[in-house]
Amino acid sequence: MAVSERTTGTPQPIGFSRSTMGVVGMVLRWVALFVAVVLFLIPFYLILRNALSTEQDITAPDWTLFPSHLQWSNISELFNDTTVPMARALYNSAVVAILGTGGQLLLASMAGYGLARIPYRHADKVFYAIVATLMIPGAVTFIPSFIVVSSLGWVSSLRGLIIPTLFSGFAAFLFRQYFLGFPRELEEAARVDGAGYFGVFWRIVVPNSLPFFAAIAAITFIGNWNSFLWPLVIGQDSSSWTIQVAMSTFITAQTINIHELFMAVAVSILPLVLIFAFLQRYLIQGVTQSGIKD
Amino acid sequence: MSAPAKTSADPAVTGEQRETRKRRHKGIAGNTLWFWVFVGPFVIGLLIFSYLPILWSLVLSFFEAYNTATPSKFVGLRNYVDMLTDHNFLSSLGTFTIFAVFIVPLTFALSLALALLVNQVKIARAFFRSVFFLPTACSYVVASLIWKLSIFNGVRFGLANTVLGWFGIDNIAWLSTVDPPWYWIPLVTVRLWLQLGFYMILFIAGLQRISPTLYEAAYVDGAKPGWQVFRYITLPQLRATSVAVLILNLIAAYQAFDEFYNLVGNVNYARPPLVYLYGISLGSIQDLGHGSAGALILAVIIMLVTLLQNRIFGLGKAGD
Repeated sequence: MAVSERTTGTPQPIGFSRSTMGVVGMVLRWVALFVAVVLFLIPFYLILRNALSTEQDITAPDWTLFPSHLQWSNISELFNDTTVPMARALYNSAVVAILGTGGQLLLASMAGYGLARIPYRHADKVFYAIVATLMIPGAVTFIPSFIVVSSLGWVSSLRGLIIPTLFSGFAAFLFRQYFLGFPRELEEAARVDGAGYFGVFWRIVVPNSLPFFAAIAAITFIGNWNSFLWPLVIGQDSSSWTIQVAMSTFITAQTINIHELFMAVAVSILPLVLIFAFLQRYLIQGVTQSGIKD
Repeated sequence: MSAPAKTSADPAVTGEQRETRKRRHKGIAGNTLWFWVFVGPFVIGLLIFSYLPILWSLVLSFFEAYNTATPSKFVGLRNYVDMLTDHNFLSSLGTFTIFAVFIVPLTFALSLALALLVNQVKIARAFFRSVFFLPTACSYVVASLIWKLSIFNGVRFGLANTVLGWFGIDNIAWLSTVDPPWYWIPLVTVRLWLQLGFYMILFIAGLQRISPTLYEAAYVDGAKPGWQVFRYITLPQLRATSVAVLILNLIAAYQAFDEFYNLVGNVNYARPPLVYLYGISLGSIQDLGHGSAGALILAVIIMLVTLLQNRIFGLGKAGD
């Protein structure tokens, strides 16, 4: 992986050496690291504490470090609350994140492969037309996109939530760069055996690029699951709310059950925490690859 | 694309030549077809959902369009003039500027500091990296909710006020106090918590690309470990990463919406451009004419700033 334990054993990459900086410097660095860890974990502690507390424990004037007893019934209370369509919102988010990620990967990888490998007279013009969209800041386009989507009659529908987000010029660009570096010998061997572009792509290129697909997929899935502005614009009816829109509506509502809301937060981050637990190396690779544009 | 009929009419062409020429023509036509099979669906989508919206919005920005996406009454540049003289829109740009002044340098310095700290520990490095990266799993809605209801909620049972209470300081209404502008503390810290880990990963990757021989050479040349080595070896070597972090960060700050919307709502003292544009184009009156003009003005500003930044830092020559 890009971020590995490579430096262990090599000279200190930052230039600090233990003998000259001395014990004081080392202690200071460990203290800084420890303080940072505590600060970064506090919000997660608050999620768990509040999600499993009673309202009285949370609003008590003296801070209770942990709830006196774990209030697991908050889960059923959340899903039985008729004022918030929690199950529906989770379902919508799952559909949006899964179909959105799958669709974007399919479209961008095929486009990237075509641009990288299939000779065509106007390929560079097509490529520039795609790259030009990277200049347009994403969030600014929500008003223009809303105009088109509402004209199609897709407001408050899953179509409206998913389809406009599928065509990422940046993803197509990343795939093109990746396929340009894909070993041609592998493809030529298959070509000799009589495979066409389609066969080579699906039988040779994709199976040999799974780590790259996983990296882009992890990043895209998280982005889709956590996306807020577009679902807020499109989800004008509560049946089309994603989990983010549902929680946001919950915050701005006047009557708030804090424990219920934090249980919603805990449930909403669960899929992503699982991704972090099992796919972190792909995720880190995805960040490194998509963060720095060439 | 190709015109194969011509070859057969030429008597000078031998059968063999005709055969290869036909095959080559077929090959080119095949390539064109396959190119569009691969790229076509994407390009069609891009035309409908990227190019069409921009064009439509451009047209609409010259028209009056209340509660409709159909241009009705041509008003020339009036929407643009209105937006550029709109006190609220201008003050939203001011809000953004203050936000950027806080968030860009802080994110840069702190994510670099975290990367340096994590990179130099020898034990449990993966653990530390994961802890700082984990907030990336949370959405802005989730983080805003924690900040608003449990840390900076302004009453006694909020964590910030609890901690201040230990030192005998009175409760502070973090999100609604305008003088002094305490609301910046939750607004800035929530974004720091969410994005520091992301930029830290970029910096760690940058640090690990620096060749150890550079450090060895610096030692041989007598550079003092610590600040000198950092200043003359590490920082220049991180140039490409630093530029990327600054640009990504500034563009993201321009498009701030989620945490402002969820923490303070559509209030005039802390309203970035996107929240204002959302309010006028999708609020009670859907004023898509002014909304389109404002969105295009904002897009042009962001593009100009990005280009300016690229010029200042010379992106492209950096070769990362």
